[in-house]
Amino acid sequence: MKKILGILGLLIFVCVFTAIKSPSFLSAYNVENTLRWTSLFGVISIGVAFVIITGGIDLSIGSVIGLSGTTLAYTLSVKGWSPYMVIPMILICSMCIGLFHGLLITRLKLQPFVVTLCGLLLYRGISRYITNDQSQGFGSGFQGLRQLAVGKVAIPFVDGFMIPIPCFIVLGIAIVAGIFLNSTIYGRYLLALGRNEMAAKYSGIQTERMTLLAYIVCSTLAGLGGILFALDVNSVQPAGLGEFYELYAIAAAVLGGCSLRGGEGSILGVIIGAAVLRVLYNAINILRIPTHLEFAIIGSVILAGVIVDELVKRYAAKRRAIKNA
Amino acid sequence: MNGAPSKQNPPTLEVSNLVKKFPGAVALGGVSMWHREGEVLAVIGENGAGKSTLMKILAGVQEPDGGELLMNGNVVRIPNPKSATDLGIALIHQELNLADNLDIASNIFLGREPHGKFGWIHQREIRERSAVALDQVGLKESVRTLVRDLSIGRQQMVEIAKALSFDARIIIMDEPTSSLSQYETENLFQLIHSLRDRGVGIIYISHRLGEVKELADRVVALRDGQNAGELSREEINSDRMIQMMVGREFSQFYQREDRPLGDVALEVKDLKTPSFPKHALNFKIRSGEVVGLAGLVGAGRTELLRCLFGIEPAVSGSILVNGVEATPKTPIEAIESGISLAPEDRKHHGLILEMTVGENLSLPSLKRDQNHGFLNREKERSLIDRMIHSMGVKTQSHKQIIQYLSGGNQQKVVLGKWLGMEPRILLLDEPTRGIDVGAKQEIYRLMEILASEGVAILYASSEMEEILGMADRALVMHEGQITGELLREDMSEEAIMQLATGQQEPAEAKSRTE
Repeated sequence: MKKILGILGLLIFVCVFTAIKSPSFLSAYNVENTLRWTSLFGVISIGVAFVIITGGIDLSIGSVIGLSGTTLAYTLSVKGWSPYMVIPMILICSMCIGLFHGLLITRLKLQPFVVTLCGLLLYRGISRYITNDQSQGFGSGFQGLRQLAVGKVAIPFVDGFMIPIPCFIVLGIAIVAGIFLNSTIYGRYLLALGRNEMAAKYSGIQTERMTLLAYIVCSTLAGLGGILFALDVNSVQPAGLGEFYELYAIAAAVLGGCSLRGGEGSILGVIIGAAVLRVLYNAINILRIPTHLEFAIIGSVILAGVIVDELVKRYAAKRRAIKNA
Repeated sequence: MNGAPSKQNPPTLEVSNLVKKFPGAVALGGVSMWHREGEVLAVIGENGAGKSTLMKILAGVQEPDGGELLMNGNVVRIPNPKSATDLGIALIHQELNLADNLDIASNIFLGREPHGKFGWIHQREIRERSAVALDQVGLKESVRTLVRDLSIGRQQMVEIAKALSFDARIIIMDEPTSSLSQYETENLFQLIHSLRDRGVGIIYISHRLGEVKELADRVVALRDGQNAGELSREEINSDRMIQMMVGREFSQFYQREDRPLGDVALEVKDLKTPSFPKHALNFKIRSGEVVGLAGLVGAGRTELLRCLFGIEPAVSGSILVNGVEATPKTPIEAIESGISLAPEDRKHHGLILEMTVGENLSLPSLKRDQNHGFLNREKERSLIDRMIHSMGVKTQSHKQIIQYLSGGNQQKVVLGKWLGMEPRILLLDEPTRGIDVGAKQEIYRLMEILASEGVAILYASSEMEEILGMADRALVMHEGQITGELLREDMSEEAIMQLATGQQEPAEAKSRTE
């Protein structure tokens, strides 16, 4: 809990700062939008958090999003297949992508960075090939399905503000993931193997199976994210959908307390991390900061956050050492 | 105190009234000591007695809060490791301090590579001088061998070679033999003797009183950060040393009793391990029996234990537990058939250092105690409390991160996590490596209790005393095969060494189990 206080503080600071500078930040439209995008990024960030906890990395998330999103739009609009068939198919394919990564990493002992970097190139290429690099869209169709991403639910007795449906999706995933990580033996196994894989193995943990699971979860959530992103933007660019999203997801996970060395991470922290990124992005737009500065600002804020976090951690460790001794 | 330094012949190194305080704790409360050129001075004491702090101060790793350091009668300061090196003091750490991705030569000259302009390293010079250093310690390895390809025992010899290559005048050795085989230890002792004859001073820190007896010209004991006595060469004996260290008499170090043995718990038939696929291993262990696994480093003891535990599955042959075929392919299969292994390398294999005492203790039993995949926190907590209590782990709470515990307490947690699984067969690899006398004795006592409860114990040890003191029977290995089996009445240092060095043809060993 203590670990996420810092990042929560950063989130509140950015929100308050932006709200003071521009009242439109708190408008219902803006809050709904920010919540929706936070939720979409939350889904993929939770996925990558699992992989990061094992001490691995997944760089292919953005391309899996692209592949999943373009496949969805292409099969529904061009091929006219039924969504009831397409969506499960996409999720199963995403699972297989994760399984493929995981097998290469656990059986062939390839490095996660290399495997998923190749994935990044491979899946992007496939998306563009399938669609002949033509943008895909739903037009005005599939309004019902698109509610998954753009829909909202009214709050009783509150007028003018509604909760976007993706919030419920990410909430559901976060609760399941949180329970898995903190209350099941498998969650403990995951944390243990992230810290010290050999010792975990010597303790009778099937480390390979757990690592495999983490990659499957990551790619599956990326696939789900791809479906939601595609439904949200409506017009899907095979070359562009999800580009760089793996970096946002990793940044959110790291901001939220996951250590790239493995063995650490909290789901709530990851979601707050995703929120910080989205709010920052939103603030840049609202405050009319030149959008060319977007990356520079996000980069500096993350770096500052990580530095402050590290300094606080050191200070706390010193205090603890003095107290213990 | 005897033999105070005389005026005519001042000691090389003198430490007077040294004080080192840590927040809330006094590590050294005014320790004095002197050391003369060409002398082997043993410093003994239990963990926490202040030995390590004293050595760290001498090596420039820490600075004292009070007191004086004198070299050849002049007051000196040793603010950093470099100034210690400049004064000719080398410290060989208990924990290996090598970059295992580099080769031996690069390690020996790490940080002080002879180089030319633009940082261009003189590789040939490094290799030649390293080869000389290796020769001095009697390590027959190419200087281009990567350190990670060496056994722990050999890595330690590289460390010693490194110190020798400094031309150090005082070499501090912190538990140098804790991972050396008998043979390597003897080499080291010869080396220490020849260094002493050349006028190099050795400060030797060890828990192994037998070694101290053999090596030391003088013994200084520390207890709770204070001087606890000093013995000259002729006064050195184990009882007095133990008495100085713990401040009380030890009636007997190994308390072993003859127990009735049960049925055969573990039977190994024609087992071939992946590391030594040429040799088939055969032996049996009865429940309630304590069997020592002796041999030199590289004899294949660790490999055998790892094979029995399913870390490196057998190439062929079988393992029977209580007469039932149970050759494990993974640790989990071994655990399910009642086999547990407390590995040699506590930090990398035994524990997850960044996790808490409790989380480490419960890790293997989470699966057994699960509630449909969920953690059973009540059972977990009661297991943790029970183990902390019965193992006598000294910790503030079960939430303490385990890396902050002493080696002895960490080892108790390693044993505790496996005892929580109630194994029928307990494999221990170097169960007392790098822990103090008090903790050692507790572990021996525990082995006795477990054996009397019917657990079959197979333990590998490089300490001859530990084999002779604890084992009902000893299996001796040499280059991957079991060269002999000695019953308690036939066990002697000579008999074991003969088998361990392969001087005797593997005989059809007679065994109580036949």
